[in-house]
Amino acid sequence: MAADVHKKKGWEVPNGSLAPGDGQHAERSESPTPGLAQGTEPGAGQEGAMFVHTRSYEDLTSPEDGAAAARSPEERRGEPAEPTSMEQISKDFSELSTQLTGMALDLEEEMRQSKEGKLEPSPQTTHRDSVLSGKEEEDVTMDAWRMHRKHVFVLSEAGKPVYSRYGSEEALSSTMGVMMALVSFLEAEKNAIRSIHAGTALGGNGMWGLMACLAVLLPWATLAVPRGRLVAGGRGCSLAPPCSPGEPGLQVCPRPSRGTPSQADGYKVVFVRRSPLVLVAVARTRQSEQEIAHELLYIYYQILSLLTWTQLNHIFQQKQNYDLRRLLAGSERITDNLLDLMAHDPSFLMGAVRCLPLAASVRDAVSTSLQQAKAKSLVFSILLSGNQLVSLVRKKDQFLHPIDLHLLFNLISSSSSFREGEAWTPICLPKFNSSGFFHAHISYLEQEMDLCLLLVSTDREDFFTVSDCKRRFQERLRRRGVHHALQEALRTPFYSVAQVGIPDLRHFIYKSKSSGLFTSPEIEAPYVREEEKERLLGLYQYLHSRAHNSSRPLKNIYFTGPRENLLAWVTSAFELYICYSPLGTKAGAISAVNKLMKWIRKEEDRLFILTPQTY
Amino acid sequence: MAQQAMPDTSLGQMRPTYIYKVVLLGSTSVGKSSLAYRYVKNDFKESLPTVGCSFFTQTLNLEVATVRFEIWDTAGQEKYHSVCHLYYRGAHAALLVYDISNKETLNRAKLWLRDLEKEFLPDEIVIALVGNKTDLAAEREVATEEGEEFARTKDLLFMETSAKSNHQVNDIFMAIGELCDSSS
Repeated sequence: MAADVHKKKGWEVPNGSLAPGDGQHAERSESPTPGLAQGTEPGAGQEGAMFVHTRSYEDLTSPEDGAAAARSPEERRGEPAEPTSMEQISKDFSELSTQLTGMALDLEEEMRQSKEGKLEPSPQTTHRDSVLSGKEEEDVTMDAWRMHRKHVFVLSEAGKPVYSRYGSEEALSSTMGVMMALVSFLEAEKNAIRSIHAGTALGGNGMWGLMACLAVLLPWATLAVPRGRLVAGGRGCSLAPPCSPGEPGLQVCPRPSRGTPSQADGYKVVFVRRSPLVLVAVARTRQSEQEIAHELLYIYYQILSLLTWTQLNHIFQQKQNYDLRRLLAGSERITDNLLDLMAHDPSFLMGAVRCLPLAASVRDAVSTSLQQAKAKSLVFSILLSGNQLVSLVRKKDQFLHPIDLHLLFNLISSSSSFREGEAWTPICLPKFNSSGFFHAHISYLEQEMDLCLLLVSTDREDFFTVSDCKRRFQERLRRRGVHHALQEALRTPFYSVAQVGIPDLRHFIYKSKSSGLFTSPEIEAPYVREEEKERLLGLYQYLHSRAHNSSRPLKNIYFTGPRENLLAWVTSAFELYICYSPLGTKAGAISAVNKLMKWIRKEEDRLFILTPQTY
Repeated sequence: MAQQAMPDTSLGQMRPTYIYKVVLLGSTSVGKSSLAYRYVKNDFKESLPTVGCSFFTQTLNLEVATVRFEIWDTAGQEKYHSVCHLYYRGAHAALLVYDISNKETLNRAKLWLRDLEKEFLPDEIVIALVGNKTDLAAEREVATEEGEEFARTKDLLFMETSAKSNHQVNDIFMAIGELCDSSS
């Protein structure tokens, strides 16, 4: 059941290229302006893109699409012009800031409270890693279990447990039963449950309060469903079915009163149903429902990457109450790792890929070596370091989806076993083709070097051919003499924000939409401790969710908090989030944006892959 | 049967090179990867479940010949069983590994044997039954005699090993090497 790359046309754009049409191939401007057309922003590829074109975050979460293709130039021309001057932007920011400063105080308050309530044991060390001695499980009746900030459960539609982030699935089967009952009960009324908000009163009691809430809601739901929305105000619960029932997406209704602390203090329970699985998150984080649902979808795709959609469906058609844990045994840590990674790495939030900073000449030499070490069955050759991309060469007309690449990154970072020998494993890239397996050759180039080569082939019999590609690649690298330069670059896999030369600037994330790549400096002081780093990511998550709110998206957000100020700027070409000193002014921030964009333009050939190669 | 193990005298060496494909089979967590790692790197570390399979090579320069082992270390997880036959096709030897502290894994090894018997004629492949983790003697569930007895009835090579304390790991590979050689 090889993935059929030759026939797959679903998401390809008519002209076979993801770069803007010829008419759009405008000059790359020196100083980027807000009116920058997509494809000309800093970081945009010069010769087409590497990835399936995802216009935005919403595309990534859209249901089994295949249709997340680029807009045609015609459509793009029809768009309202972006504001073209800094004055306009600055005016937009001033209009927004009043409202959001108010919000910010709430946010700070909420984040502080949630931190105080945090008694979380370190998730990485407590469970599962010692597979040899069997899975060490937390006792689900203990307080520590209830205090985790984000629980994730996967169950089959028959209500059988498939995966639980913490604790054993067995001990949770009754809880999962309640969840399933709730989901199917509401769906019987042609309504899908998307999320539940549990307020302070219930949130304080942890999961048990939540489960009580679910149980209590059941009889009420009958009354509420025809009206489309239930707000059980007195108990601090609100149930939010979709605004437009026909829409298959994951959009969640805007909350009845935005930003009221009582909601954020409690739990959010988010459901994603992807038959034959139901995924549930119980989160105390500041993320929006949309973002949590997005993470759940990643978990779903992660499961597909091990089994394929076809196999998964086949299994449950054969036997509705099949225990999927049998097939997933030994892979729980891959899912665990994905959840941990999503809490730390902005790649998932941005739906984009970060490149290892590397001199363009070195990267070109690496890419050419990869390109030359080809084989008939190879579809993608990927070189990566940590979770950063060094180079990617693809078969002509075949595009990788960022989600698929993230899943590959996660697979590699979740297992140390790839460090030895050469691995050869079937893997499904669900966004590329959810019905077939590719075969991936995974190996590290050298023992002490964090450089992993991933060769994705369509032919499972081709191990030795592909293994030979690796040998040829290494030989070419040596002959081109870039080995030393690569080693040097790996010594500093992140750059410092100080290089930009803006004193008040602390950190930023810049994403080029047309290339699907983003760049971000190392997180430095004052974000030293793990909680501080997570808090910063939480702020970005918050801005991102406001910018991409499906019912009221924002283009410019200026956010002032007691510990830092943030600014978000989302255009059709790029997204920029910057974090700078709380003493900085708004005018300062705006000029910083200008300067930063110029810097990124200047450094773009080091920070991005501008000329993606094909075989 | 080792027809694929072609003598290679191209470099003016008088010693022939034999290539033997060895496949490690058995349940999850019986120590297949650890055995391979111990043999190839002479080291031990707790490892995570193998994804798909891993490929190792080990070259032995013997007086009369050069022997190259191509070791295919398969994942024990059920979801990879459908692809396992790919890895053992054309194998010269198979190590059926079980964990002496877990009775169930011996039963699984017997099932693997049945699979192999379907795929190969009796004299096409050298099969060794390996009881790993002798360092866990205190938790032993499978007596040495039990493994020995089973191996005898099925005409398999038998050895108990410990990848952790480096007990008989080299020996088992040498033993299958010799058998491959004598049958070729």
